[in-house]
Parts: sequence; C-alpha cells; structure tokens
Amino acid sequence: MNRCSHPATGPVTKTVQWLSLGITVFAAFVTPVAAQPPGLVVSVAASVSDALEEIAGLYRAATGVTVALNVGGSNTLARQINEGAKAGLFLSADDIQMNLVEKAGRIVPGTRTRLLTNELVVVAPVTASSFTLSQLMEGRVRRLAMGEPAAVPAGVYGRLWLEHERAWSRVESKVVPFPTVRAVLAAVEAGRVDAGIVYRTDALSARVRVIARVAAADHRYLDITYPVAVIRGPSEAEARRFLQFLQGPAARTVFETRGFGTLQ
Amino acid sequence: MSAETWAIARFTVLMATLATLLVLPPAIAVGWVLARKAFPGKALFETLVSLPLVLPPVASGLLLLWLFGRRSPVGQALDAAGIEIIFTWKAVVIAMMVISFPLVARSVRAGIEQVDRRYEQIAATLGAGPFRILRTVTLPLAARGIAAGGVLGFSRALGEFGATIMIAGAIPGQTRTLAVGIYTLVEVGREDDAWVLLAISALLAFGAIYLSNRLLDRRGAL
Repeated sequence: MNRCSHPATGPVTKTVQWLSLGITVFAAFVTPVAAQPPGLVVSVAASVSDALEEIAGLYRAATGVTVALNVGGSNTLARQINEGAKAGLFLSADDIQMNLVEKAGRIVPGTRTRLLTNELVVVAPVTASSFTLSQLMEGRVRRLAMGEPAAVPAGVYGRLWLEHERAWSRVESKVVPFPTVRAVLAAVEAGRVDAGIVYRTDALSARVRVIARVAAADHRYLDITYPVAVIRGPSEAEARRFLQFLQGPAARTVFETRGFGTLQ
Repeated sequence: MSAETWAIARFTVLMATLATLLVLPPAIAVGWVLARKAFPGKALFETLVSLPLVLPPVASGLLLLWLFGRRSPVGQALDAAGIEIIFTWKAVVIAMMVISFPLVARSVRAGIEQVDRRYEQIAATLGAGPFRILRTVTLPLAARGIAAGGVLGFSRALGEFGATIMIAGAIPGQTRTLAVGIYTLVEVGREDDAWVLLAISALLAFGAIYLSNRLLDRRGAL
C-alpha cells in the first residue's frame, strides 16, 4: 500500500497538522501572562535568604500570600531588575547595588529603607590545620574564598577591609572569587579552600571555624547595612505590605535570632 | 584590546591546546576500540563514553569536584602527594578534556570506520603486527577524521563553561577562560569588556569550525 495516499496521513493532512502545531506554539509565546496570579517576588541577597524564607513562612501563615524568593548575589539581582526582571521588593547586601537600581529609575520613590546590619568574619574549614589572622594578612594561605571583589557585596566589603589593613596586595593572588557569599561558605565548609570571608550570620549557620571577627565597632568605614526598596511594577502594593511586615516585630525576632542587627 | 582580555584569550587558547593534545591519545584508543572491536557490553561502553556530551557540563563539573575534592580517595591521595587540582589551571584542562573527549572519540571512530579493512588485512599477510598495522596503516588513513576530531575537541574546549566554573572557578589571571570571563564580566557590570571577549570567542569558534569542516570534506583542499 502506498502510505502517502492514505487519507489520514496524506501530505496535505500532515502539513495542516504541523501548521496547527506551529500556530499553537506561536500563540502560547505571544499570549500575555496576565492570566497568572500576580504573587510577590522578592529579590534577596544570598546572605539573608534563610531569614527571608522563615519570614515568608510567617507572612503566608498570617496573610495567605505566598512570597517567592529570588536568591542571588546582590549584583546579579540588581542587574536582573535593571533589565526588567519581575520583582516587587529588592533586599540588597550593600548600597552600591541599590544605588544602581535607584539610578535606573526602578525604585518606587520614598520606599528605600535601611533594614539590617551585619559584620564580616574570616572562617576556615573545621578539618584543616589552623592559621592566624596575621598569617592570612601576609598571604600565607593558599586559597582564600571571597565574593567576587569587584561586585558581590561580601567581596567588596572584604576587599575594603583588606585594603584598609594594607594586606590586599599580598592576598589578592590567593583569592578565589564566588558569585555569592553562600558559595564562599559552601567552599569553606567542604574544605575546597583554606579560608573564606563571609558574614557573621553565615558563619552561625554552618560548620566552619571562625578565625577572626571584623567587628563593626572597630571598622566604621565598612558600614555593612542592607537597604530594601519597593520596585516599580504591578505588585507594588503587595510589596509595600510585605516591607511593612519585614519591619515588624515578628520579622525582627527572626533577623535577630539569626545574628543580624536590625535598624529603626 | 586591553592587556587583560588579551591575556584571557591567550590563556584559553593555551589551555584548550593542552587539553586537546592530552585528550587525543585516549580518544584515539577508545575510537579505535569502538570502530574495530566487538565485545560484550559494547553498547553500554559506547553510551558511557558519550555521556559527557549530553550530561549538563555543570553536572560533570560536580562529579569532578567530588572526585578531586578532599572527601574522595582520589582527592585525598593527590592532597597527600601535595598536588593541587581544584581552582588551578590543571582543573581548567581537566574540565576541557572531560567535556571534549566524547566529541574527539566519536570523530576518530568515524574516521577509522572509513578505512577499508582490506588494507589492514593485507598488512597482516605481509607480517605486520597489530600495533604496526595501527601505526602505519589505520591511523594514517584515518588522519582526516582524527584531525577533525582534534579541531572539534579544541573548539568545544574553548567554549567550556559549566564544568570549568565548578572545579576551576573564575580566578583572574589564573583560571579565568573566555567563557567564564564573559559570565563574570557581565556579573560585575563590565558588559563592554564581555563583548570584546565574545568577539574573540566568535572569531576562534569560526576558525575552528571552518577548519574542521574543510578537514571532513574529502574533496576540498585546505
């Protein structure tokens, strides 16, 4: 039997089938996503993700609203927002990245607030042999993990600190840059590097040894604060409500339990 | 072009060349086995060889990270011997080798399969041993397939990202390749420099693919 002449699979029928498939796919691509429920997306610096996860759970229990977290290095999040990513709220680990978003006109004016404070610590794997801070400063560790010193806030702060201590030139070649401070923490925890610079709050949540604390009181120039702001877009109102919750007593308890300093 | 982008391009080409040279001998061996030998479990072996081709490179990277990490026996042995792999240029080469291996082996296999077996049989009747046949008959006749495999492997190595970022990281001046450099430069907000790296990558990729196509086209002259 000649297959091509079969009525159900004839060339014309086949063409029509492919054509309709193509039209369906095209239609799916150009259909506006308005049918989806709005929901709230919060772009949050990696170091605050655990705390925000917990607070989002509390918020959901209280209001029934689900908050989705977009976790990353603040520099990555800022770039995403400036390129039009859907986010209702941005919680950044430094002012530099928040300034970029503000300069791009993506922030709802008057909503930018300083929310949290933190400190840097130097950590090492629990299994490795110990070293002192002065050994680190002399560049006598093989691998020092940091957030990318040119952009990731924990790395930028870390570099500022090492420059201030006049140790950066000796340490720079030992630095393994990571895209988030949590990646730094993971590398230290797994023993893939000899040391890492993370936040005090990160060290609290991981099996690492704290070698040194860069106390905020002694290093005022670092000023590690987390700004938060509402981002322009369809979920502005929802974002404002969640921001209020972030400043409330329940959220404050979560932040403080996890080692953050709270402002206001 | 800044000194930094030039250094990244040079480093990447050097690493990819090294990876290609190192991957060729085992890839030729495996390609020859696949083309000329029948054995139980061959289909399984063939699938395993091709796995890095379809496995997400970042997954291969995770396997390598575990293998060379301080928790695996291999990593512990290397550590005891004072050999550092992770976050060094050696990790860049290893990532490139693992990811390009299947491409090279498959190309070598295709090249060897095109060699008429009668030449090998004639050589055998003239008293040549199997290794001499391989060296003087099979491999020279399969040279185009092997060379094309090398060029393909080289171009794949140039673009390696997923496994590299896992085990070698993006250390400026030490492990930062073109692909990883494009990613990190965009991440730190230096998109203009990333475009320069993109242009270099495109040029290199164009040259490599053009060369491999010419090698595979038996009628064409270089």
